Amino acid sequence: MSRFEVVRTGASASDSIPVTQKNVSHRKEPPNPSAAALQRQFSSAIKRVEVIWGETVIYVDAASVKQIIRWLHDDQSQRYDFLSDVTAVEYRDAEVPIEVVWHLRSLPFRRFLRIKAQLPKGTSLEIDSVYDIYRSADWLERECYDMFGIRFNGHPDLRRLLMWESYKEGYPLRKDFPLRGRFSRSEQLRQALAQNPEARYSMEELTIADAFAELPEDMRQRLNKGERTGE
Amino acid sequence: MGLTAPAEHRTVSYIPESQEGWALTRLDFLVNWARANSLWPMPFGTACCAIEFMATAASDFDLARFGMERMSFSPRQADVLICAGRVPFKLAPIIRRIWQQMPQPKWCISMGACASTGGMFDNYAVVQGIDTIIPVDVYVPGCPPRPEGLIYGIRMLQEKVKNERAADKGTRDEMEPDPSSQLYIPPSVIDELGEPFGNSVNQTRSAQ
Repeated sequence: MSRFEVVRTGASASDSIPVTQKNVSHRKEPPNPSAAALQRQFSSAIKRVEVIWGETVIYVDAASVKQIIRWLHDDQSQRYDFLSDVTAVEYRDAEVPIEVVWHLRSLPFRRFLRIKAQLPKGTSLEIDSVYDIYRSADWLERECYDMFGIRFNGHPDLRRLLMWESYKEGYPLRKDFPLRGRFSRSEQLRQALAQNPEARYSMEELTIADAFAELPEDMRQRLNKGERTGE
Repeated sequence: MGLTAPAEHRTVSYIPESQEGWALTRLDFLVNWARANSLWPMPFGTACCAIEFMATAASDFDLARFGMERMSFSPRQADVLICAGRVPFKLAPIIRRIWQQMPQPKWCISMGACASTGGMFDNYAVVQGIDTIIPVDVYVPGCPPRPEGLIYGIRMLQEKVKNERAADKGTRDEMEPDPSSQLYIPPSVIDELGEPFGNSVNQTRSAQ
């Protein structure tokens, strides 16, 4: 198979019928070939495999998420090189656990995979970070922590992303969070005005001096010649 | 809702019979004529209202006809703060600081439903009206307002500028927020302004 061939999974995987949303059945499509490979590699950690609207969802053990994602990223037969989303889902019922969701995409093999791990409510809501595999997990995990309170162990800078850092009302997308927040409007405004927007983002942090070694070669040469960077 | 004016609210008494001298009123007229026809706006656009504001400034509606041909992206050279769009709580200290950086005389236009009242964003993240942070002169209704609406609001502001008198003490005083809470109107008034209305009254603040 050529590297640039589109892998079509499902009943309509022929060239004559294009794979559109209309032609994909709800649950009858065959799963992504990575699912079988995962079950061979990590048999005990794979809990369930579902195919919904042609997309494969793999429920995995929360303790081995990082190991599985690292294998999917490193293995030459998988090569999931793009993490497009990290998020979480909380359901209304108290006994249904919170799900943490990773959206992985393999650009060489044209595959999409959704990994889910379940964290029971009432526990500490901790899971391993995938920051050292995908740098794009940085802000995605920070947003997930901000909105759901899930702690990603191993993240280098886990603090709030959307709400300000001294926000005290909790985690807004949790089901027990009231829509208007927990405090009165005047107290919310008082706390918002008390925040210091420049507390963490100093101008020194925003310079590229620390990242100089990681810049492309031509940019390093231009900076060495004294070219201004537009600050 | 039964809104009440805060206790320290001051009113300017204006008695037409007791007018000042002719020279002062003529000077007022001249100064106000110059100010009203050279208002430089500081655009604070955060949402779709900013798109309408751009349309107002573009050639079809041509805000330059009213002396606003220069958008002042520095608050130091601005006269009018036009807040176009919703302001989340995270932006509250920033718009407060922009307002404090603008020199007197200065005015504020709250453009659109979200900037004026929070609009449909009656939730944990959005300020329920920027008049809880900074004083507002003109509210432009609409979601978003059409450019004609914004121009009408600007004309109203120009009328307000033309009717100012140098003899009225206090109209150009800088707002002084309470040093401990940084609020400039009492917290009970903010709570009253932020009360739920419409069909959203079943959303209570109590957590489960």
